[in-house]
Amino acid sequence: MTYAFLQQYWWCLVALLAGLLVFLMFVQGANLHLGNRALDETRKRMILNSTGRKWELTFTTLVTFGGAFFASFPLFYSTSFGGAYWVWVLLLVTFVFQAVAYEFQNKKGNILGVKGFRIALMCNGVLAPFLVGTAVGTFFTGSDFTVNKLAIANPSAPVISVWGNNWHGLEALAQPHAVLLGFTLVFLTSILGALYVLNNVSDKEVETQMRRSIKTAAVPFLICFLLWAAMLLIGKGFAVNEAGVVSMEPHKYLHNLLAMPGVLVMLLAGVVLVLAGIWTGGFTKSGKGIWTAGPGTVLVVMSVFFLAGFHGTAYYPSCTDLQSSLTLQNSCSSQFTLTVMFWVSLLIPFVLAYIIYAWRAMDRKSITREEIETTEHKY
Amino acid sequence: MDVVTWSRIQFAMTAAYHWLFVPLTLGLALVMAVMETLYVVKKDEFWKKTAQFWMKLFAINFAVGIATGIILEFEFGTNWSNYSWFVGDMFGAPLAIEGILAFFLEATFFAVMFFGWNKVSKRFHLASTWLTGIGATISAFWILVANGWMQNPVGTTFNPDTVRSEMASAAAFWEVVSNPVAVSKFFHSVTSGWVTGGVFVVGVSAWYLLKGREKKFATKSMLIGGLVGLVGSAAVMLSGDASGIHAAEFQPMKLAAAEGLEDGGKGAAFTIVPGIKVPHMLSLLATHDWNGYVPGINDILNGYTDNEGNVIPSVADKMAMGRTALDALATYRANKDTNPELAAQAREVLDANVQYMGYGHLEKPEDVIPPVGVVFWAFRFMVGLGMLLALVLLLSVWFAWKGKLENYRWLLWTALWCIPLVYICGQSGWIVAEVGRQPWTIQGLLPVNVAISSLSAGTVKTTFFVFLAVFALFLVIEIRIMLRAIRKGPEVEPEKL
Repeated sequence: MTYAFLQQYWWCLVALLAGLLVFLMFVQGANLHLGNRALDETRKRMILNSTGRKWELTFTTLVTFGGAFFASFPLFYSTSFGGAYWVWVLLLVTFVFQAVAYEFQNKKGNILGVKGFRIALMCNGVLAPFLVGTAVGTFFTGSDFTVNKLAIANPSAPVISVWGNNWHGLEALAQPHAVLLGFTLVFLTSILGALYVLNNVSDKEVETQMRRSIKTAAVPFLICFLLWAAMLLIGKGFAVNEAGVVSMEPHKYLHNLLAMPGVLVMLLAGVVLVLAGIWTGGFTKSGKGIWTAGPGTVLVVMSVFFLAGFHGTAYYPSCTDLQSSLTLQNSCSSQFTLTVMFWVSLLIPFVLAYIIYAWRAMDRKSITREEIETTEHKY
Repeated sequence: MDVVTWSRIQFAMTAAYHWLFVPLTLGLALVMAVMETLYVVKKDEFWKKTAQFWMKLFAINFAVGIATGIILEFEFGTNWSNYSWFVGDMFGAPLAIEGILAFFLEATFFAVMFFGWNKVSKRFHLASTWLTGIGATISAFWILVANGWMQNPVGTTFNPDTVRSEMASAAAFWEVVSNPVAVSKFFHSVTSGWVTGGVFVVGVSAWYLLKGREKKFATKSMLIGGLVGLVGSAAVMLSGDASGIHAAEFQPMKLAAAEGLEDGGKGAAFTIVPGIKVPHMLSLLATHDWNGYVPGINDILNGYTDNEGNVIPSVADKMAMGRTALDALATYRANKDTNPELAAQAREVLDANVQYMGYGHLEKPEDVIPPVGVVFWAFRFMVGLGMLLALVLLLSVWFAWKGKLENYRWLLWTALWCIPLVYICGQSGWIVAEVGRQPWTIQGLLPVNVAISSLSAGTVKTTFFVFLAVFALFLVIEIRIMLRAIRKGPEVEPEKL
């Protein structure tokens, strides 16, 4: 296996994990419905217990996504996490509250009360997809950092990756293009959440509310996504030549799309599947929309990552110093490490198989009002 | 305080907090897996209800453990940017294996274990319970491989082109995985988790017996928990002995600090507490030789000859070699494209001095001395409490077996009070391990002041207080919920007890 192959292979896996993460953020999207006043407390508990049996998968995928970046592209990890500090810390805090909210909120002795943790879950429902989307948005707009590996030999200023401003990532909020992707993800995960609940919870009123919310979120989702995509395709991009020199190229991402027909097909297929999911959930009586919108989401996110990293593109560009931009080549682990991880990654189908097996075993029956009212083991 | 200090305090707080929850997860997972196995084998509902009760407490604890684990992972990048680049290549393989083999195992089967009682078969459920614990244990192994490498960086070489430590062969990977420090640390940490789980179960059961409640449940739980704790205690002692040997070999300053040993020598005495010494005992523990040489703090500062006859340079000499390595690195990188001959010469100088490169960042030789008082007393708390806990576990199991526990109320009270003590014991162990190796993030290669991110002290200070508030809130809630769940007790019908 060549070094170039391994770099691309690991970028594909990072993209797959990103796709799965966004799909599994249906947990965050579904939790937004805990604030729906049309649903009584038992119905909210049905939704809570439905996402409560999946939140760990989302959480673990986030951990593994971070871990995969750390392992395969450590310069991204050190540059982005150490630089865009506030974005990652904020994301962390919302996820940390989410992690304990399920276990704590309905237990006696919880001093924040049910309401406190429900608010935390809903904050996570908005902020997590928004921050992840905005952070990924900067893959196309660039960030304010420099990289100098020789700095480590300088005892007075030894840090290799230095962020250029004290906003430490929050400045991305002033970049409309990045923010649009953040909002796109908020609406998308809200739709995915409603589709998941439709599939997993058996209750007429819940169904009505979910179908209504899918229709409501579909319009802003489409507007944000189409605007973001249009800006992406007509704007400049960060090209890198064979010598590793980075330069700005007009319509770079459009060129990437046209030069990689497989990615184009993937993107279009993903969009069609997401739209099919929205149609199924919002305009038919079926509860299976999640099974088209979910894979569609994975395909779209993967194709976005491919546009960012493949075909001579700097995936984490620096707008301060173009030559500090991160590419698959200059930010990855050694060939040996990528090879070891390649062999380990062959276990992924086995992992997916047992997850699917356990998921099917647990979800054979939809969650009903009766189950929530009678079972001891619930959130 | 500067950004280095705030970053250290924040990471130390997060790690210490995380370790409040992990050992109980590791220990309770084993206890409840044994109990559920008894339920499946004996087909006795009593064991099902008993396992379910401990599972309820496990779940309360598990959530915070997971939540704090991700903070540690993120903080590697957010607060230790240089470190995460420097170690990223070495961490890659262990992290990938941990993520793929362990994280998803835990996440998937925890949900089945907790919610699957009426949804999956008995055997599938039992397998899920075991797999949750096995997942946590596998996770511990791989993260401790990474931690072990930081204490004893074997199997990697410094690559001046990428400016990081890299593995280059399968043999190197095996060296990292079989690193003696990592292996003993894994057994020491995981089995200390069994002690924590055992002491917790014994302590809670003792409370029921003191209250005259749930007698059968408490006695049987005490037996299982106590046995798990005892096995853990024995393994902790064995792996602790190995840890001592490894500290003497790879981190002699840590050992000297833990002993408060200013001047070492042959046949060194072990200080139980200041003023009480056991002759030759330190040499025996550290080298398995009655007259083995153990260097003290001053010996390490000034240079010494070890038991194999190797001459260990003084810290001042190591600093000089470290600076030579850093200068050579700068020369190599400046000339590698334009003046290959000069670059090759610089590379040779670098390779000859690279093992001391981290010393080049130190300001004075005394920087290599960790806070001696903290390490010295933490070590004594760890060992002393560990022995007390083993004794209490032994007595609890013995009297539970004999059915005489209720006659020994002092033992029940002691067992109850051992719950906070087991946490102090575990935290002390980590203080010895981590404070004892200061100022290094990676022994000899990367001191903490070079491992940081480019952040202001105020930024890290702010997030420190945010995390402090969040952690304090969660701890208060967790303890309140846990206490209420214990007070409510297992849902076993009294007549079935």
